[in-house]
Amino acid sequence: MATTLGKSNSGAAFGRSIPRVEARAKVTGKAEYVHNLRLPGMLYGKVHRSTVAHGRIRGIDVAAAKALPGVYAVYTAADIIKLIPEPYYGPAFHDQPILAVDKVHHVGEPVALVLAADPHVAEAAAQLIDVDYEELPAVFDEVEAMTSKAIVHDVLKPAGTFPDLKHLKGKRDTNIALDFHLRRGDVQKAFAEADHVFEHTFRTQQVLHVPLEPFVTVADPTPNQLVIHTASQSPSFVRIEIARLLGWPENRVRVKVPYLGGGFGAKLYIKTEALTAAAALLAGRPVKISLTMEEQFYQITKHAATLRIKSGVTKDGKVTSRECEVWWNGGAYADIGPRVTQKSGFTAPGPYDIDHVSIDSYALYTNLPAAGALRGFGIPQLVWAYESHTDMIAKALKMDPLAIRRKNILREGRPQATGTLMRDAGIEKVLERLAQRMDWEKAFDKGSGTLRRGRGIAIGFKASISPTTSVAIVNVSADGSCMVYCSTVDMGQGSDTAMAQFAAEALGIPVESVTVVHPDTDVTPYDMATLGSRSTYHMGHAVKLAAEDARDKLMQLARDVGLSAETTPTPDIFRKKYGMQAGNIVGVGSYIPTYTSPDAQGQTTNATPFWMIGATGAEVEVDTETGEFKITRLVNLVDVGRPVNPAIVETQISGATMMQLGFTLFERMDFDAGQCTNASLADYKIPGIRDVPLVMENEAVDMVQQSGPFGAKGVGESGTFGVSPAIASAIDDAVGVRLTSLPLTAEAVYRGLRAEAGKPLDE
Amino acid sequence: MQRNIRFMLNGRPVEVQVGNHQNLVEVLQGQGLFGARESCAQGLCGCCTVIVNGAAVSGCLTLAPLIEGADVRTIEEAQPDGQLDPVQQAFVETGAFQCGFCTPGFVLMTRQLLDAHPQPSDDEIRHYLAGNLCRCAAYPEIINAVRLAAAKRKG
Repeated sequence: MATTLGKSNSGAAFGRSIPRVEARAKVTGKAEYVHNLRLPGMLYGKVHRSTVAHGRIRGIDVAAAKALPGVYAVYTAADIIKLIPEPYYGPAFHDQPILAVDKVHHVGEPVALVLAADPHVAEAAAQLIDVDYEELPAVFDEVEAMTSKAIVHDVLKPAGTFPDLKHLKGKRDTNIALDFHLRRGDVQKAFAEADHVFEHTFRTQQVLHVPLEPFVTVADPTPNQLVIHTASQSPSFVRIEIARLLGWPENRVRVKVPYLGGGFGAKLYIKTEALTAAAALLAGRPVKISLTMEEQFYQITKHAATLRIKSGVTKDGKVTSRECEVWWNGGAYADIGPRVTQKSGFTAPGPYDIDHVSIDSYALYTNLPAAGALRGFGIPQLVWAYESHTDMIAKALKMDPLAIRRKNILREGRPQATGTLMRDAGIEKVLERLAQRMDWEKAFDKGSGTLRRGRGIAIGFKASISPTTSVAIVNVSADGSCMVYCSTVDMGQGSDTAMAQFAAEALGIPVESVTVVHPDTDVTPYDMATLGSRSTYHMGHAVKLAAEDARDKLMQLARDVGLSAETTPTPDIFRKKYGMQAGNIVGVGSYIPTYTSPDAQGQTTNATPFWMIGATGAEVEVDTETGEFKITRLVNLVDVGRPVNPAIVETQISGATMMQLGFTLFERMDFDAGQCTNASLADYKIPGIRDVPLVMENEAVDMVQQSGPFGAKGVGESGTFGVSPAIASAIDDAVGVRLTSLPLTAEAVYRGLRAEAGKPLDE
Repeated sequence: MQRNIRFMLNGRPVEVQVGNHQNLVEVLQGQGLFGARESCAQGLCGCCTVIVNGAAVSGCLTLAPLIEGADVRTIEEAQPDGQLDPVQQAFVETGAFQCGFCTPGFVLMTRQLLDAHPQPSDDEIRHYLAGNLCRCAAYPEIINAVRLAAAKRKG
């Protein structure tokens, strides 16, 4: 294709619903996943896991496992330490051992690893390992963990990356992995002056990501480098962290990531990478570790949380003050939990304009599987609480749910709880458009007899994690085709397509002439990670800057040889310069947004580069004889700025909504003494095609993120925000039962109905 | 115990040595075919869907020795003219996937659905595809893809 540079920012590539660039590979089963990778001489690793929630390891008997024919090696922490003297990793705390050292902290913690050429042999051998534990008292509840005598970690070891964790270094006898506090105005005085004070407590349950491609890593110890092929959302972090563990320079670790079979926040930081890397180096052979579906339940989960909210309100429904206490159940390892505690914690009062605010948010260690980032980074838990609370206040004051929100929402230019002024945050627009689509002002059929109908709305917002860096390279070849090098991971969200659109838009060339190189830390530059809906904004900026740099250089090259890049086909410019089809133009872009750290009171003028807004309206039909309910309509509204690719944006909205629907209606990890008792898809149901509401509508409102690349910002999480509270409010509207714990089961509704009727069921 | 089995794979005869404990997914991986993917390992997610003797089965629950003499077809089976078939084309046009890990299973089940019900109702679509899970939840787009594929096949 003889490409000529067209007009930049013409709208020819950006904002178009082109099919995903990898569409053909995916429908033919040929898309590349780590799952597919086999290397010559490769061994399979199978993990022996802890059977107790908290205990000291008295001894590990690996003799029978080692004696099984076909077993290549069995490793415990004693072997790992020979290679890595300090075998602890983690993004916030260095608290997670590659294999358990002296102590186990949750059921399912890796204690030993078996390697064999035949994965069935490795699995059989892993079962033959016998570990002798001295059981220790355990703590499972996040509120109990605040004062529990059971201490999960003997001493706290902050990683040193985050300044607000430094004061925890060396601390003993505590399970608090971060306490975040925000103070604005005078909450106690405002409570005293309020006409009404309302206080409610909410709970969310522990759930997990369940990517259908379970965690998988292949590590290949080549003579000069350790090459790690892994299903990771954060290749740059993996390289830096593995290099740190080994005491090597970054360039001796190479991390490659093809497509991911789902991520949702699970495949961040270090998961199976450190164990696979250590095993491969000890064995001197390539090693593959693929977790089973059951093992995913021990790897990483979403925080269960307890949330208490207290509000002072005037008699006409203006919220004047709000106090929030949030306890996040982080499980046995901090993972990124302390960032959830702070980065999400500061939005705990909701998208409301409240003068007096107090927030206390605590990350707690417990003896459960670790919790980290899951599509929303704590926001769905917070929205569940503050939107349920809003509707409970409205009901008490006999106010309409829309009216109370209109009275209190944060409008453009007003300060959020941190003091940061709201910019390009379509809170009002999203709320009003939702009301319109729900026909909120019109009469609603409430049903009759044993079938009662109700409706609810909820709105939430999220800040972007900040400050974070993305770097991109755009390489124009001598035939005018173009490659984008970036470490953003396409895990299904469509980033390859979006990045191709950004580059094409900036260069003024067709999207079809752009390919996106998959993350390979030897080739693609640094990116903080693919998380928190940050890639469209941050990597979008970096790719746009790199493409503009390439464009400038190509124009200069054309001028140097007496041509114009805007009228001469690009191949002719190269040919004139180099005498043949030869050479490259390489553009580089690096982006980090401005940010101001919060002060001791949690106040800052610049808390986030952009805001994400999401709202949901739900209509339900409840059977009063059984408590069963059907969602008859679900309407999802988001502010994503200008959509890069409207069709993919819509799929992201409905996908996020459906995932949150599972967390709202039925997903829950059940535990018995710290043992997850439903660790399989037979016992832990995720949404199927029959769970899609009969009517589901999705819309991105007409907004522009002025600071975003071509006006865009992130979309991956916003669809989750309003789902749970909108449905709970619709149930309350239908039958007068207010549920304050997730999931919203038919049993819970029926118990509520019986209690309402004065005939409560036994527990 | 190892044994040799022969079967037809995507229209060509193959002979492979298998263990009694191995499943069909492992056999296909040995042939370099990775489109059938083991995920839940319980026959519940549909990621490992394979067509055996004309019927969709879960590859993870199909023991290798049982495919002796069978006609096995996978997502990698090439279309005669090298083009995508109407179902694959419809999935591309409607954007009926995100991460793509479950997509081969959905494509194979949709072909079988349309063979049995050329013009399926929404209820038939939901019923027929209830055994395939998509964690990205591209279900609304999948339903659109099935409708479009039905139209393409008819047209």
